[in-house]
Amino acid sequence: MKKWLMASALPLFAAGTAMADDAKIGVIMGYTGPIESLTPAMSDAAELAMIEVNDSGKFLEGVTLVSVRADSTCVDSAAATAAAERLVTTDGIVAIMGADCSGVTGAVLSNVAVPNGVPMVSPSATSPALSEVEDNGLFFRTAPSDARQGEVLAGILQERGISSVAVTYTNNDYGKGFADAFEAAFTGTGGQITLTSPHEDNKADYSAEVGALASAGGDALVVLGYADSGGKGMIQAALDSGAFDTFALGDGMYSETLLADLGGDLEGSFGSVPWAEGEGADAFAKAAEAAGIVAESTYTRESYDAAALIALAMMKGGEPSSAAVAANLLDVANAPGEPILPGELGKALEILASGGDVDYVGATNVELIGAGEAAGSYRYYEIKDATFETVSFK
Amino acid sequence: MDVLNALVALANFVLIPAVAYGSQLALGALGVTLVYGILRFSNFAHGDTMAWGTMCTILATWGLQAAGITLGPLPTALLALPAGILGAALLVLATDRMVYRFYRAQKAKPVILVIVSMGVMFIYNGLTRFVIGPDDQNFADGERFVINARDFREMTGLAEGLALRSTQVLTVVTAVLVVALLFWFLTHTRTGKSMRAYADNEDLALLSGINPERVVLVTWIIVAALATVAGVLYGLDKSFKPFTYFQLLLPVFAAAIVGGLGSPLGAIAGGFVIAFSEVGLTYAWKKVATYLLPESLAPEGLLQLMGTDYKFAVSFVILVIVLLFRPTGLFRGKSV
Repeated sequence: MKKWLMASALPLFAAGTAMADDAKIGVIMGYTGPIESLTPAMSDAAELAMIEVNDSGKFLEGVTLVSVRADSTCVDSAAATAAAERLVTTDGIVAIMGADCSGVTGAVLSNVAVPNGVPMVSPSATSPALSEVEDNGLFFRTAPSDARQGEVLAGILQERGISSVAVTYTNNDYGKGFADAFEAAFTGTGGQITLTSPHEDNKADYSAEVGALASAGGDALVVLGYADSGGKGMIQAALDSGAFDTFALGDGMYSETLLADLGGDLEGSFGSVPWAEGEGADAFAKAAEAAGIVAESTYTRESYDAAALIALAMMKGGEPSSAAVAANLLDVANAPGEPILPGELGKALEILASGGDVDYVGATNVELIGAGEAAGSYRYYEIKDATFETVSFK
Repeated sequence: MDVLNALVALANFVLIPAVAYGSQLALGALGVTLVYGILRFSNFAHGDTMAWGTMCTILATWGLQAAGITLGPLPTALLALPAGILGAALLVLATDRMVYRFYRAQKAKPVILVIVSMGVMFIYNGLTRFVIGPDDQNFADGERFVINARDFREMTGLAEGLALRSTQVLTVVTAVLVVALLFWFLTHTRTGKSMRAYADNEDLALLSGINPERVVLVTWIIVAALATVAGVLYGLDKSFKPFTYFQLLLPVFAAAIVGGLGSPLGAIAGGFVIAFSEVGLTYAWKKVATYLLPESLAPEGLLQLMGTDYKFAVSFVILVIVLLFRPTGLFRGKSV
């Protein structure tokens, strides 16, 4: 999103120098691999923001934002690095909207973005480790860190008066980071974790894990895994053996198929999932519908916001350059300034052109904290009558 | 009461799951061991043969369900099983015709056939995904539980619940039936005897007039049936996902090797050894101990021998130990 914003700013700069030019923004997503079903919609959303900037005619004079797609594969760091390298050296991109998964995002950041001084805005990398990484101020994300979700989930458990839980997580970067964050937050507020047991995805049998967790006990089982894989296997095995009745679910477990398969038995279970609501999300849905792209998919809003932020940062900096994006992205994302919703990028460009300030709200109520990552808002839901019912937003 | 609670907890979390999982592994290992004993190579495509057979069964199940035919409390998939077995048999026989026969005629070394079977594995892998897709498919219907934990608690008044799934009972019953049938076939029928003769000494068997192509044909049909039954029972108990079946290959091979490759009895024993070691050795004994020991001795820790992270290590350590001290496996199969 940030990248996109920077891209928007780039045309503004071109206007100043009265030179017709293209400002290229790399869109690095896993078009092949585990999340290949999500990335087309994410890229479309990012490009929607670029098109909106170009069509407004108020971007840096003579500069057009151009999207260049490349495959991150989600899991293969070497392939993602090579793709990013190509975009920087051959295509001459000024900013990167991406990457998607936490592992490849870290690899692209340290191997390509930092050495070349190209800023990155990831819409979907949520690993807490990325908050600590050495980024020379070049890394931003419109997705919140899982460290935050760990706190949110711990807060929900406290709110429900549950003080003793067992935890199982999927044994990878996402699950481990999430579980660590949750454990720190939960024990910090006086909660007790009876046992933390990782599970491998796609394994034949989970009775060993469930047996150990059941013996350790707890009022609920916290499941930080994937709904279409080991997480579901763990819940199924726990339900079948009567080990746990109540489950607290991380964002990876939010899935309609989970309800379709286990719905009735999950009654009273609850969880958290990154969610945006309000006029920003509505405005995005309207804009997406008008453009004929899928809005109701995971991380599309974050992707739109990432690209919009890149464009606006370029505009604020007055030139379509990497430096302008990196320097101005936090300014346009946060207060003070005029709040900007999706579909109002033209207005934002006008304000920036006249030297004013904008506070980009976007589709996800963007508020970048720390070293430039979304504070994030989460939906706290409870499963009632085999549907996800919103309890509150956090 | 406390002793009963301890027993129920142990049964619910160790004995029942391990017996059901062990039967699933045993059925898979039987197929592997038959191919090894008679056709003389380790068939790496076995996991995906299971996936293919299960997929055929699922498609037939959906057809039956759409036609309104069900088995009442039993899963409809049982009715569709013959269709699945037929599908799997056609696939493996076609594979044998096009691939394995060529290498058999050349008297290729077993290691070459192993690599060939890996190629076959990837093709099966793709075929299954091509037809049904890589996603989870749920095809179980009928009663899921013989008794569930909540009802058991209410019925008996015990603090611990005991859950017994109908698929677990079904798995064990079917495994016993299939194994009995297989042993009867191998020891009492002419074809079965000729298969054993062929396995013992190929040249002698040929000299005494046994038709090798017929032995191979029957073996593949039995293997297809075993693989489909194992795959369907596993899918009913857990769920069907092609990738999981591919991953089943490891514990299945561990079971076959621990028991002794080529020995049907060994395959069954191996299945249970692997299942019990995975579930039992990583179990946290705290709950059981709390019921059994006087309050003053109640444990504070989990009494867990090792974390569940190590469960796969456990089966492979057992495998290494068995191979070190008894290279032919527990039941004197062929050495690997």
